[in-house]
Amino acid sequence: MEQAIRQTWAFVFRGYHLTRRYISWVIVFNFYALVTSATVALIGVAAQDYQLTLTLVVGALLWNFMAVLYNEIAMSIAYERWEGTLEYTFMAPVSRLIHLTGISLFSLMNSIMQTVVVLVGLLLFTNLSLSGANLPGVFLVVAVSTVAFVGLGLMAAALPVMSPERGAEATHIFQGSLLLVSGVYYPVEILPKWMQLFSAISPATYTLSACRKLIGVGNPASTPGHLAGAPLSAVTHELLVLALMGAMIMPLGLWVFGRIETWAKRAGKLKRTG
Amino acid sequence: MDYTAIYVKSLRKSFRKRNGFFKASRLWALDGVSFEVRTGETYGLLGPNGSGKSSLIRILSTLLIADEGEVRLMGHSLPAEQEQVRRIIGRVSVDAAFYKKLSARENLLYTALLYGQKPSDAEKRAMKILERLGLEGTKFSTPLEEMSRGMQQKISIARALVINPPLLLLDEPTTGLDPKSRRDVQEFLEELRAREGTTILLTTHDMTEAERLCARIGFLAHGKLIAEGTASELKQRANAETLDDAFIKLTGEELDKKETPSGEDEAAEVFEEV
Repeated sequence: MEQAIRQTWAFVFRGYHLTRRYISWVIVFNFYALVTSATVALIGVAAQDYQLTLTLVVGALLWNFMAVLYNEIAMSIAYERWEGTLEYTFMAPVSRLIHLTGISLFSLMNSIMQTVVVLVGLLLFTNLSLSGANLPGVFLVVAVSTVAFVGLGLMAAALPVMSPERGAEATHIFQGSLLLVSGVYYPVEILPKWMQLFSAISPATYTLSACRKLIGVGNPASTPGHLAGAPLSAVTHELLVLALMGAMIMPLGLWVFGRIETWAKRAGKLKRTG
Repeated sequence: MDYTAIYVKSLRKSFRKRNGFFKASRLWALDGVSFEVRTGETYGLLGPNGSGKSSLIRILSTLLIADEGEVRLMGHSLPAEQEQVRRIIGRVSVDAAFYKKLSARENLLYTALLYGQKPSDAEKRAMKILERLGLEGTKFSTPLEEMSRGMQQKISIARALVINPPLLLLDEPTTGLDPKSRRDVQEFLEELRAREGTTILLTTHDMTEAERLCARIGFLAHGKLIAEGTASELKQRANAETLDDAFIKLTGEELDKKETPSGEDEAAEVFEEV
């Protein structure tokens, strides 16, 4: 057990020190995330539509969280290739479960940090108040959906194992598709019917829907001074779907990763250079 | 008691070379290689780039799965018992593959954690190794990107040894080092074998190094083990004055042909599995 904790900690240790060394880039990425989110939220402010502003703020915040989490996990293998350390990580006596748990843990910390930065910035730009929002409910929904997003990240992380360049590109295409179909800034109902099928299988759709209800978006009783957040019972359906998705996608992600790793070892793809 | 540390029998590995979009041909990186290394022995594998040395090392490192043949390390069979094998091997490759932004200390502690070791114990051990290799303690906190190639390679050796492995796989560890660094590394390896009884599999282009360090030497060319024996046996068999001449006479190849900076097996670079 002690050994498993040390091994998991290795990835957090590595991530922390790399973040420290690349701190200027971290600041740039956080600044960019904040500015992008604020730009979107200000569309609602300009329209003088409180509900629209709230919809956009929730979308920007949650997308930030989910995108950073997904991206950090999905790109972890590509980063190792670029650093040249891939072979050493894969020949260490670490189970893939511990390896990917460690990566996910650091990615989670990273995405929480960036989301807090964006939240503080958005509150300054939009003068929103979260009073009356069901924040414990929001945290619960985000926690449940995190499992599904980690699973998606794990599946995507296997792509750069298969093909170094194409794999990294594919992870971004997949991330962009999630942004398009999940109703981050608009209701999914406005999408073409065939695209709504993809909305139904995206965990982000349910996360956003549940969080908006819990914050009070779309509720006529919500006012700029006090939000009318829904109780947890109002999002039971979304919570169940997210829990089910997490229970399926997470093990599936690990399984897919394992299969692709074995294939890469047969094909000679598991090497530090592309 | 089994004194065989490395047992390789009829090992074959092929890769596919693409010729245009539809055509592909097959190249054998390893074609029926068999050899054994006794516990505590230093065994040298000599061969030009593309001869299959790196493919062999990568199979023994659990990074590549052979098509056919039998491989056992300290009694553990590959690929079935790869987790056990990973605990007993340390590897040094021609490129010092590190997180270059991190310091030597951070890289070594990361490795120690990855292997489930107590960081404080690992740090003490690493310091001793680095001192023995002639690397001043003051350099321990310097980012690796600011270190010379020789220093990086010494850190790479320290990384392989910080986990105290009974079996070391050294893939051209002294290539590109200045004469002093090369001598430091060679002396250290001699001392390590004598003091700890570490089994060493060494691939090298340097005949003098092979003669100095290796109890037995195998000549590898075109994926086949052409000859093996002590340096004097090989010279005698080829009726040659030097090991270099013996290699040319027995394999019909020049040892230094097609030098590549990465040292990676060129077959693995260009070809995929059939």
